[in-house]
Amino acid sequence: MSKETTNELPLYEVFIRSKNGLDHKHVGSLHAADAEMALTAARDVYTRRSEGVSIWVVKSTDIVASSPEDRGSFYEPSDDKLYRHPTFFDLPDEVGHM
Amino acid sequence: MDSSDWELEELEAAFQEKVGAEKRIEPKDWMPDKYRQTLIRQMSQHAHSEVVGMLPEGNWLTRAPSLKRKTILMAKIQDEGGHGLYLYSATETLGISRDEMFEQLHSGKAKYSSIFNYPTLNWADIGAIGWLVDGAAITNQIALCRCSYGPYARAMIRICKEESFHQRQGYEIMMTMAQGTEEQREMAQDALNRWWWPTLMMFGPNDANSANSAQSMKWKIKRQSNDDLRQKFVDATVPQAEFLNLRIPDDKLKWNEERKHYDFGEIDWEEFKAVVKGNGLCNRERLQARVEAHDGGKWVRDAALAYARKKESRKAKAA
Repeated sequence: MSKETTNELPLYEVFIRSKNGLDHKHVGSLHAADAEMALTAARDVYTRRSEGVSIWVVKSTDIVASSPEDRGSFYEPSDDKLYRHPTFFDLPDEVGHM
Repeated sequence: MDSSDWELEELEAAFQEKVGAEKRIEPKDWMPDKYRQTLIRQMSQHAHSEVVGMLPEGNWLTRAPSLKRKTILMAKIQDEGGHGLYLYSATETLGISRDEMFEQLHSGKAKYSSIFNYPTLNWADIGAIGWLVDGAAITNQIALCRCSYGPYARAMIRICKEESFHQRQGYEIMMTMAQGTEEQREMAQDALNRWWWPTLMMFGPNDANSANSAQSMKWKIKRQSNDDLRQKFVDATVPQAEFLNLRIPDDKLKWNEERKHYDFGEIDWEEFKAVVKGNGLCNRERLQARVEAHDGGKWVRDAALAYARKKESRKAKAA
């Protein structure tokens, strides 16, 4: 996304699992020469107070993202499929919680 | 009005409605150019402040009075560096590169908080900075946790979690000194005397003179006005000074029963303007130290990159 990045170290996005049982979550980014250094830097920048048990780093340029402008048409296929939601089905109260 | 103007107006209206409904703006969403520019300016200056903020404290690393104080101060300074990185990273999502931001700082085009252009003359200054400067920063940053721009708000939340340690370690230094020998108490008072007014300046010009405030409030970049935040800080800090048995250097400082707030004296705005313009006590020294650190680290970045490329090409050859 940056205009002029030729002199910069590559940008990595950082994802952290704060404890086992939880998903990795995006926390920010940093510049590093390679993936190994990105991991070490991510540890120093984003987990100074034991915020993580596992770190992923991904080169920002390797991330493929959907664009907000297509939001309408991109998600449209699911808009007319209300039967995918449990509330679509009317069941009598006698059935109890289902 | 041609169709593109009309389209722009519609986009802007939709944007304002989204902001008004407390929906967050994310990097790839459409935003008015001015919103983007305002954020780039504010966030990069915030990042620069964190980074330059390491310098006055670094002055005392080798002279901290004990190993305990030294390790705590190192951890605090490392945090400030980390905060700068969170903020640079968040600012880059707006389309400006890290190098461009550094260039703006180093050339003097971008500002940083003028509080860091004051010198740290005695050890109690480290206490006063943690207590007052970080205290004021927290007051500002808590309001920014609800900023309309997602990456900025998230960086602020992360920063606020860590700032509390900074303020408490500073206050503890002040407590220790205020309860120490007469000489130590005088050092604590001297630090408070010198840091009080510059700290109040951190909240920026009075609302009536703050050019960008109204638009920023409308866009929910800013959630509370400069004067409101300043008042909040004063109200919270006066009792803390009383507990230390130190005197805040303001003859007009007085509890106003009607307003339920403290009244306080007028800031020396001439001094404020002079420091912002670059004529504070340490402006040149700070910028020079920053530029030297960046230039001095160039060979490390170059070497790391060369090594990464070499490893990459070896891997390619082996494959």
